[in-house]
Amino acid sequence: MTGAGPAALLRARGITKAFGAVVALDALDLDIAPGEFFALLGGSGSGKSTLLRIIAGFEAPDAGRVLLDGADIVATPPWARPINMMFQSYALFPHLSVADNVAYGLRRGGVAKAEAARRVADALAMVGLAGLDRRRPHQLSGGQQQRVALARSLVMRPRLLLLDEPLGALDAGLRERTGFELRALQRQTGAAFVMVTHDQEEALALADRVAVLDGGRVAQVGSPRAIYERPASRFVARFLGAANVFEGRAMGGGFDSAVAGITFAGAIGGDSLAVAIRPERIRIAPGASGANSATGIVEDTAFRGDDTLLVLRLSGAATLRVLHAEQDGAPPARGDTVTVGWDAADVVALAS
Amino acid sequence: MRRGRFTGAAMAAGFVFLWLPILLLVGYAFSADRIPFQWGGFSLRWFAALAGNERIVEAAGLSLRIAAGAATLAVLLGGAAGWALARFGRFRGRALFGMLIGAPLVLPEVVTGLSLLLVFVALEGATGWPQGRGALTVLLAHATLGAAFVAVVVQARLAETDRSLEEAAMDLGATPFTAFRTITLPLIAPALGAGWLLAFTLSLDDVVIASFVSGPAGTTLPMALFAMLRRGLTPEVNALGAVVVLGVGAMLALATLLLRPRPRGE
Amino acid sequence: MLAPVWAWLLVLVAAPAAALVVIALAEADSGIPPFRLALSPTGFATLVEDAYYLDAVLTALRVAVTTSACCLLVAYPMAIGIARAAPRRRVLLLVLLMLPFWTGFLLRVGAWIGLLRDEGWINRLLMAAGITDAPLPLLYSEGAMLVGMVHAYLPFAVLPLFAALLRLDPALGEAAADLGARPATIFFTVTLPVTAPDAAAGFLLVFIPAAGEFVIPELMGPPEAQLVGRVLWQEFFQNRDWPVAAALAVALLALLLVPIRLFQRLGARA
Repeated sequence: MTGAGPAALLRARGITKAFGAVVALDALDLDIAPGEFFALLGGSGSGKSTLLRIIAGFEAPDAGRVLLDGADIVATPPWARPINMMFQSYALFPHLSVADNVAYGLRRGGVAKAEAARRVADALAMVGLAGLDRRRPHQLSGGQQQRVALARSLVMRPRLLLLDEPLGALDAGLRERTGFELRALQRQTGAAFVMVTHDQEEALALADRVAVLDGGRVAQVGSPRAIYERPASRFVARFLGAANVFEGRAMGGGFDSAVAGITFAGAIGGDSLAVAIRPERIRIAPGASGANSATGIVEDTAFRGDDTLLVLRLSGAATLRVLHAEQDGAPPARGDTVTVGWDAADVVALAS
Repeated sequence: MRRGRFTGAAMAAGFVFLWLPILLLVGYAFSADRIPFQWGGFSLRWFAALAGNERIVEAAGLSLRIAAGAATLAVLLGGAAGWALARFGRFRGRALFGMLIGAPLVLPEVVTGLSLLLVFVALEGATGWPQGRGALTVLLAHATLGAAFVAVVVQARLAETDRSLEEAAMDLGATPFTAFRTITLPLIAPALGAGWLLAFTLSLDDVVIASFVSGPAGTTLPMALFAMLRRGLTPEVNALGAVVVLGVGAMLALATLLLRPRPRGE
Repeated sequence: MLAPVWAWLLVLVAAPAAALVVIALAEADSGIPPFRLALSPTGFATLVEDAYYLDAVLTALRVAVTTSACCLLVAYPMAIGIARAAPRRRVLLLVLLMLPFWTGFLLRVGAWIGLLRDEGWINRLLMAAGITDAPLPLLYSEGAMLVGMVHAYLPFAVLPLFAALLRLDPALGEAAADLGARPATIFFTVTLPVTAPDAAAGFLLVFIPAAGEFVIPELMGPPEAQLVGRVLWQEFFQNRDWPVAAALAVALLALLLVPIRLFQRLGARA
């Protein structure tokens, strides 16, 4: 585990949770460092939301420990945990005003009225909602509701804030801006943010570290760049950015993919089961031959702005996805026969 | 739009069918003629006759007291039951619980009435309580019937209420009881109010169950009215109809106000 | 927390059901209460042996089916009309639909009696118009009973249909129109099949209480319309034969079990 070391704020150890016959989490380990922005990335059924709910205290794990500052909090009810959560639905109380929503937790914590009012005003100002405190949630836009939910959690000054798909309910146009604002708030408050998302772009763009979850286990954890460029498994390689993944056999420092008819060269261990090559690392290289090259017919093209996606039908049954940058000139047309190549350094060997 | 016109006409016919007897009933309440549904000039004499009819006035008082008590009990029982069904997950005996709370909704009145009477008789034989039959047994029976309806209304209301609201409250430091008091209760209050009115009206409207479980001292308004209708129609029935229709109209207006959907923001 | 509710349900819902069976198996007696506990099939045997009871059950089923079918027929255009209305108007129409339901069932029966009896409003109108010389015997007929039952139960049929039509995606009808269907064809090929389960729910919602109906047959029906609810009432109140009344209740319940289960499954689906 690329750990956060002994200074970890939150440690999950051997977390297991099953719903009937469905195993949501399978002996999962995870460390969260103080003040980091952490993303739990996975598809539906990967167990990411269950993990969040276990950390918040809404579900009890069947086995395993959740340590906050070294103390096990599994038996602590949610209302007694110094952890707060921003719900995917925002869960704003419809019968309370914006100010009363944000003040709700402070009231429960027995914060004096004047002090609470001041903190509520500060929190609303921090998320840019000053002046809307008398509104009801249904009188706000989706983006404003999201900020109220954020303010309601942050006003509690949690050391750890859990965010369940925080950008999921927003329009595409609002996501980028809100993402930047989330990062700014995280730096400003110094709280550790743990965000659940199924959107890899969101995870890579916002988080300091990302854990990719698959089938209730951590498939890989690391910085966005490390995970993107050095995926540890076929699952991660395919999940992040749709890499070309070829299975085959490692032999003599190289790798043979019979189905694609390609030989890969590079730092390939003898236990490799597959190799991955990213579409943007492949370039058109007329005359290339031998290892780290392939020839195919352009089956489909899709213009995407600053590049064009080419789907090459290889000699075998396989296809190869290639991103052709605009600055490299006009892309080949459908039906053209094209030879492509790539650097040995860009070949990623996958042992699982 | 030929179909639109046909639908509109058929709908209007349906409403005329529904409303014509009621409007005539209320309208002729103001007729002086002693033959019901015959106009003999405007008069309030039948309202006076109704007010002077001790049997009816007494029965109405009893019915209102029974209905208020039964509705209150029904809200407590049905509210708790609806909450359990919506929020307690798969607790032990949930299927049986759901079946029992919902049973009065689907049982024919004669069956409910007879079976409750048999239990009251058996209970009195075994424990001495309830002593005889009358207002108390009618109240118990009506509360059981009303609770079934309240449970449905409350469960439906909770089902459309985001469950994470209660979780969010707990996440912010509220104990389950505080979360219930500050979040759940305000959110289901309109459903509880509407449920109370529903149980109240059901109780005021029931003649069959009451006839079974009541005794000599417990003649409710519907029981008295049923006896009147059996003997033959009098204009007092029109007067009573006018009073009830106007009263219920006011109550329903109140209920619609309570349950009015909140305006949606942009 | 739930213990009081459980206790209530066991005493006032579960125990009564059990009591029905126990008393149905008891023997009639002249004491107070008028039965002697036993394990006697007399009550049920009476039901089987005397064609009167089977007839009562069949009559009740026939009347309940007719009532439900008539309710649906009237309810469909009303539900469509209400669902299509603009929101404000829709609320008004719903209130107009529900208000009669809340105004007291016996009073509505009273109103119908006032309209239908020999010297009633309709007969006076017909005679004044010269359509008939002598009053028509409208009241105390099977027709009067049906009118009363349809009037009493109509909202039960409209509401599930209305809810279904409100959920119905208007694009379905538009797609059908786009593909060349006329309004009537749209109704029979799209609206009706899609809302059929809810129509069935409405049918059962009327059928179940109508099958045990006592008041309307008693006050508006002909003397010979001995529906099961009416017979049960007479056995209990006039003949004081509690075991036979209980056996009739058990038989009625057994008959209604399938419709009730069906209704609950349809309800769960919606």
